[in-house]
Amino acid sequence: MLVKVDASRLNETRWHEFAVRFLLGGLITAFAGIMGHKYGASVGGLFLAFPAIFPASATLIDKHEKEKKERAGLNGHGRARQLVSVDAAGTAMGSIGLFVFALVIHETIRDHNTWLVIGGATVVWLGVSILIWYARKRM
Amino acid sequence: MKLILIRFMIGGISVSTFALLGDLFKPKSFAGLFGAAPSVALATLALSVMAEGRDNAATQTTSMMLSCVALFCYASCVSWTMMHRPLRTIWVTFLFLPVWVIVSFGLWSILLK
Repeated sequence: MLVKVDASRLNETRWHEFAVRFLLGGLITAFAGIMGHKYGASVGGLFLAFPAIFPASATLIDKHEKEKKERAGLNGHGRARQLVSVDAAGTAMGSIGLFVFALVIHETIRDHNTWLVIGGATVVWLGVSILIWYARKRM
Repeated sequence: MKLILIRFMIGGISVSTFALLGDLFKPKSFAGLFGAAPSVALATLALSVMAEGRDNAATQTTSMMLSCVALFCYASCVSWTMMHRPLRTIWVTFLFLPVWVIVSFGLWSILLK
């Protein structure tokens, strides 16, 4: 299956669901900063790959799929679970990309322009993640 | 306090933007890649470099590599359980969070402490 952009999905998401993600994202970023300040950068760094909004996002996928199936008069429990499982598998693949992101920053941040390093590492994260996703699809 | 508020705002914006991107894509396995987006890291590392210097950011990324392993374990556990057990999403995603804590802090105490 090809990758597609489906903008209609945004209409399914309600404003308070965006607000929950904003709140959770803000809280974990602030928490990572506090932990780093209190216990040192080494401990604070652990929270940079915390699955901050994963439970909220997975619950939204589950809820939207059930609503969709119910509108069609079907029971969406099984399909919703499958979608959450596949989404989590994607996150596992993305975490390998995130590892490479951290590695690139670790190796280059001391000697190069900060914004160039962070921007480049983000591109590397996306590239590696897509490559792993594509390789997994071909298997 | 001011720095915490700045972190909160930048983190919130960064995380919601990547989550929004994840919502846009099909299939779900591809959209799931955005569940491991460097959203918290982007906000934190940029601020760390400005406030505490490059060495601080480099130290944080060393630990981050370990927590990426933990994230992989957590997401794999959730994926397998949701596919094979008829449990509720909210319970599974929260009940496996200790896997992330154990793996990341376990690796940290073995390799970096």
